[in-house]
Amino acid sequence: MTDLTDLGVAAIRAGVANGDFSATEVAGAFNTAVADAQPALNAFITLTPDKALEAAAAVDADRAAGKALGKMAGVPIGMKDLFATTGTKTTAASQILGNFVPPYESTVSQKLWDAGAGMLGKLNLDQFAMGSSNETSAFGNVISPWRREGDTAQLAPGGSSGGSSAAVSARIAPAATGTDTGGSIRQPAAFTGISGIKPTYGRCSRWGIVAFASSLDQAGPMARDVRDCAIMLEAMAGFDPKDSTSLDLPVPEWEANLNADLRGKKVGIPREYRMDGMDADVARAWDEGIAWLKDAGAEIVDINLAHTKYALPAYYIIAPAEASSNLARYDGVRYGLRDLPQGAGLQDMYAATRAAGFGAEVKRRILMGTYVLSAGFYDAYYTQAQKVRTLISRDFMDAFQTVDVILAPTAPTAAFGLGEMVSDPLAMYLNDVFAVPASLAGLPAMSVPAGLDRQGLPLGLQLIGRPFDEQGVLDAGLAIEARAGFTARPAKWW
Amino acid sequence: MSVDTATVARIASLARIKVTDEEIAAMVPELNGILAWVEQLGEVNVEGIAPMTAVIPNQQRLRDDVVGADPLTGGGVRDKVLSNAPAGEHGFFGVPKVIE
Repeated sequence: MTDLTDLGVAAIRAGVANGDFSATEVAGAFNTAVADAQPALNAFITLTPDKALEAAAAVDADRAAGKALGKMAGVPIGMKDLFATTGTKTTAASQILGNFVPPYESTVSQKLWDAGAGMLGKLNLDQFAMGSSNETSAFGNVISPWRREGDTAQLAPGGSSGGSSAAVSARIAPAATGTDTGGSIRQPAAFTGISGIKPTYGRCSRWGIVAFASSLDQAGPMARDVRDCAIMLEAMAGFDPKDSTSLDLPVPEWEANLNADLRGKKVGIPREYRMDGMDADVARAWDEGIAWLKDAGAEIVDINLAHTKYALPAYYIIAPAEASSNLARYDGVRYGLRDLPQGAGLQDMYAATRAAGFGAEVKRRILMGTYVLSAGFYDAYYTQAQKVRTLISRDFMDAFQTVDVILAPTAPTAAFGLGEMVSDPLAMYLNDVFAVPASLAGLPAMSVPAGLDRQGLPLGLQLIGRPFDEQGVLDAGLAIEARAGFTARPAKWW
Repeated sequence: MSVDTATVARIASLARIKVTDEEIAAMVPELNGILAWVEQLGEVNVEGIAPMTAVIPNQQRLRDDVVGADPLTGGGVRDKVLSNAPAGEHGFFGVPKVIE
């Protein structure tokens, strides 16, 4: 029998529907793989093998009873520990929520369970999704299953969805949820040789997702290929009256409409993304991507996104500003950690609780955000950044007058080693240079594997589409996937 | 613009985060590095440009103005609301004394 953990979403769903194997067998196989890998990879914060089995049993019973099966029927997944799950600890990888057990379920996770998915566990991440290497988690680093050729140094799985990327690439989960504020789905997907899509802002409900920067946060799927992402995104997306920024639009049939024939399509190549001193392997992968899309029938057009270099500094004003406001809710009163020093008053309790509960990077961003929003600095920093954001968005809209989709690298390098970047916050921030512009403009954007670099590590290519045009992004991603022939996977060392 | 130890202490106080002198000393150069880098936004000509308010145009909605319109927050869920409180007492959130 085939190893069930080698199968992705579409193959599992089809196998369960055909009766080739049961959903319970699939859940059991992944539960074993998760337990086996957890001591080495630390991809999960909480394991929920019983939840996976319970959902699988329900799918098997539905099939036996001849009932219609959902889009994700029989597929066990990893849930980023930023999505509230009823009765299962939801920590955001922070001590301040270390014992938080939500009495409610996030809209996105509920939709996935309704579609027949089961939960293997809650995945590790950067604390409050703030980080690009999964090194800010209060529950330990996630170790990438990938290693450089001939080297055993521990590598970053990317961040903030580092547990998600590690789990999918190590084949201990066929798919996982991610969230993307400034690249947190795409960069980890690129680092680990998997696919991931951030849909248009508003496609997936933010309700029940621990908030970081509300004008940027979007959930999306991370999986082994483009089709699996399309299937899972259909299950996750949809209007939710509980999220005031939710898009009241029907969910398209992205999977059924997948089409890698790009004849008649125009692909934009932004000049400003070709930066001085660009990594040679990243530049080569990008050139190959251009050739592949041409081969798929697309016309290649050079475009300008003039304000690209200002996207990252604008992001590092806007995201911390929103975070400082969002994270004001952690006060030691209503939920989460409380640190009450002997004889302390209310204000002292707030300050002690937040000092004890937040990690260093979270504190750094809260202080940055507090500063740029403080009286006398608001206009100079925050208003200026929001004006620049308008210009960045306008650059994209101008480009989309001419082109249908934009191709760029996902990240400036392949995965770096754990500990290599932590001492310099700014160097870490620069890793998101190609991912952040699409986030600021709310656009759908995807990373797909393109090949390996000189060290044998995966590189990703990014596709950015018009608002609401996830289909165009997925189609171009599929055209690259079909030509890249990416079959590399990390050798099992755990 | 740059920050000094007094400014960092003030913003930490505004953010209600207790910080030690050593932490402040470490944060001053880190925050100044980030602030010096974001300073480049000042180069951009933004004359006549409106600050972004909604990244994807969307209609604001109102829910029905009735009690219980949202089954999760509409009332009758006191125990759920208090279930994660560090000091939930007698149906209230407990806090240290605030009146001297």
